[in-house]
Amino acid sequence: MKIVRSAVTAAALLLSFEAGALAETALRIGIAQDPDILDPSIGRTYVGRIVFSAFCDKLFDIDEKLNIVPQLALSYESSADGKEMTIKLRPGVKFHDGEPLDAQAAKFSIERHMTLPTSFRKSELASVDHVEVVDPLTIKLVLKTPFAPLITQLTDRSGMMVSPKAAKEEGDKFGLHPVCAGPYKFVERVAQDRLVFERFADYWNKDNIFIDRVVFQPIVDATVRLANLKSGALDLIERVLATDIKDVRSDPRLVLSTAPELGYQGLTINIANDKNKGALSQSEKVRQALDLSIDREALNQVVFNGEFTPGNQWVSPQHPYYQQAFPIQKRDVEKAKALLKEAGVPLPIPVDFMVPQGAEEQAVAQVLQSMAAESGFDLKIRVIEFATSFKQAQAGEFQIFQIPWSGRIDPDGNSYVFLHTKAPQNDGGYSNPEADKAMEDARLVSDPAQRKAIYEKMTKVVLNDEPIIYIYHRKLLIAHTAKLEGYRQMPDGLVRVVGLKFK
Amino acid sequence: MLNFLGKRILQLIPTLFFVSILIFSLQHLLPGDPALVMAGEERDPAVIEQIRQQYRLDRPIPVQYFYWVKGVLSGDFGESLRVKAPVLSLIGQKLPVTMQLAAMAIVIAFLIGIPAGIISAVKKGTVWDYGANLFALWGISTPNFWLGIMLIFLFSIELGWLPASGFVPLSEDWRANLASTIMPAFVLGNAIAAILMRHTRSAMLQVLESDYVRTARAKGLSERSVILKHAMRNALTPIITLGALELGTLLSGAVLTEQIFSIPGFGKLIVDAVFNRDYAVVQGVVLVTATIYIALNLIADIAYILVNPRLRA
Repeated sequence: MKIVRSAVTAAALLLSFEAGALAETALRIGIAQDPDILDPSIGRTYVGRIVFSAFCDKLFDIDEKLNIVPQLALSYESSADGKEMTIKLRPGVKFHDGEPLDAQAAKFSIERHMTLPTSFRKSELASVDHVEVVDPLTIKLVLKTPFAPLITQLTDRSGMMVSPKAAKEEGDKFGLHPVCAGPYKFVERVAQDRLVFERFADYWNKDNIFIDRVVFQPIVDATVRLANLKSGALDLIERVLATDIKDVRSDPRLVLSTAPELGYQGLTINIANDKNKGALSQSEKVRQALDLSIDREALNQVVFNGEFTPGNQWVSPQHPYYQQAFPIQKRDVEKAKALLKEAGVPLPIPVDFMVPQGAEEQAVAQVLQSMAAESGFDLKIRVIEFATSFKQAQAGEFQIFQIPWSGRIDPDGNSYVFLHTKAPQNDGGYSNPEADKAMEDARLVSDPAQRKAIYEKMTKVVLNDEPIIYIYHRKLLIAHTAKLEGYRQMPDGLVRVVGLKFK
Repeated sequence: MLNFLGKRILQLIPTLFFVSILIFSLQHLLPGDPALVMAGEERDPAVIEQIRQQYRLDRPIPVQYFYWVKGVLSGDFGESLRVKAPVLSLIGQKLPVTMQLAAMAIVIAFLIGIPAGIISAVKKGTVWDYGANLFALWGISTPNFWLGIMLIFLFSIELGWLPASGFVPLSEDWRANLASTIMPAFVLGNAIAAILMRHTRSAMLQVLESDYVRTARAKGLSERSVILKHAMRNALTPIITLGALELGTLLSGAVLTEQIFSIPGFGKLIVDAVFNRDYAVVQGVVLVTATIYIALNLIADIAYILVNPRLRA
């Protein structure tokens, strides 16, 4: 017996030594989908952006209050006419392959975003005419027209710098072995299983990197993601369900970090492309009546335990560009009925209501259906799979499309592509010259107060026309182990790994 | 025997050709546009057009089919629209995972299902029989996703014995590999065990009532020898076919189970590919799966002959 006991003790000791010698720290992050290709020019998913932030630094970043802060660039300056932007780069920055990040490399990266045939950054950088190298650490973006949202594009994928050497060698396969200038470098990817990154020894901010590896694991089911966090198999998860908030808060081993999302959840109404010429497409009064039928707070309570934020504009009420002069209207069924009478439409009004698959989406749709029924709408819910919904949305095969938008830092990114006449995502075919003019003007000025005043005019027009009925804004819900220190939630929902450490 | 094999292998060619046309045309019947899905939130019309051209999505379907078959015949299954990796390398990553899981599941199913079926047949009408039937009913009627989540709650969260999900390759660490696959393999094997048990039971019952078994008993052979040597051998032939077919189903990917345990196998690969309209991946995976399925059928036929000499003629 004694012998057995000493053997066990010896084995345990041996194992603990072994563990001590190999003590490498790894941050394991559970993400909700398998990302698309890891090339900042071609990438287009939200989950891909979460992964990029571990290994691909940008010229600029944002802070909690949406201020622009330096990252690979130190500063920027716009010319008086707004047609030139001069950017000073941080000295001594290296890519993961040891190549220097200088003005030539920065020019290469931006030009690659602008010219790679399948680059989704083209439209974000469409205002840029060309890039000039001023000195080894300074570049100048020469614009076709002033474009206020440009700087915020540089805080996202358009501002990500890639190694020119690697990008030239790999072409459009660069994303299989990406080489950037971020805190971690790419090690391996097993599709749908894991993405592994290791600490980059020559990172410009290496003193603030305390964890050796970052591993992303795609786990689609939110319940399973949370189960993994609770069992200790993951250290951080994104997109916790609103209904799991209580559970996470009551667990002393976990911490919940939240921030209001930049995007919105709304109902896009088919105004000009509806072949059946439904009542909603015929008069703004009908659309206003639908809006008045909705009790946003009740919806929030019923479906999300009151955790989300009711809204009525393309930015949330906490956003600096929210127009306080146009608050959320209270539900008013009588007024809605009166509006429908004025519009002279026979009741009930049948509406083809296209809803993407998902438990939360369907719950929202059902609540809306019962609310709208009281005013005389007969919303016929048609649940549809994601890929098909895109096709039908573009073809105008819907009367209402319940579609979320993940949001952009600049209010332009939440409005122009959906509301401007003939913009690519204007599925409902909305067109109002006054709104168009305001959106164009807001792109030309960079002073926030002036822009807000321009957007005020637009808000008035859009809230009257109601091409999109904005309903609520989600909260970004990130849960992590209490052992993780230094986590700060940014409004874009991405996970910043710099500064994180284990207690 | 060789003649038979040769014929069966020749039959493979038209079957696979037919399968390839079926996969290709069914997939194009799905609504949705791959380029549009790929663009997602970034719907830049010029770029979408570029993607259509690059992947020949703008060409007529027969032309697309021609290029695909041409590629497949020269060993090029195309590349994933979503991650740009070659389809063959994706299949190479996933196939071993699914094969391991399927093999473990089928072993578990045989280990549970066949003894349970034999016992319940031999002890027909006793507590053992009822117990085994109850187990079978439970196994067939328990949904995989429910059992999976319950096992995670019990063994990962409450007891902390096994990882909740994920997969560790066998080559990296066999213990971690076993820990990460035992729960999903059990979930898959459990349902098949129930089916095998029911079939074994009825096959055994039939055989036990046959004349030769009575003769064997009359000869004074021990009950053990009657059951294991005489009855079981004959009863097992249909079970082998059933097992092979179930294995084929498992290899085509245990979609739900893989999803719950985040096992990066065929099931997850194909589901994601279908939702993303990643045509090349769907086509590649279905073709490989169909080939495996047909091959397993062939193997089952051969096993059948080996077990039952009467079919050798």
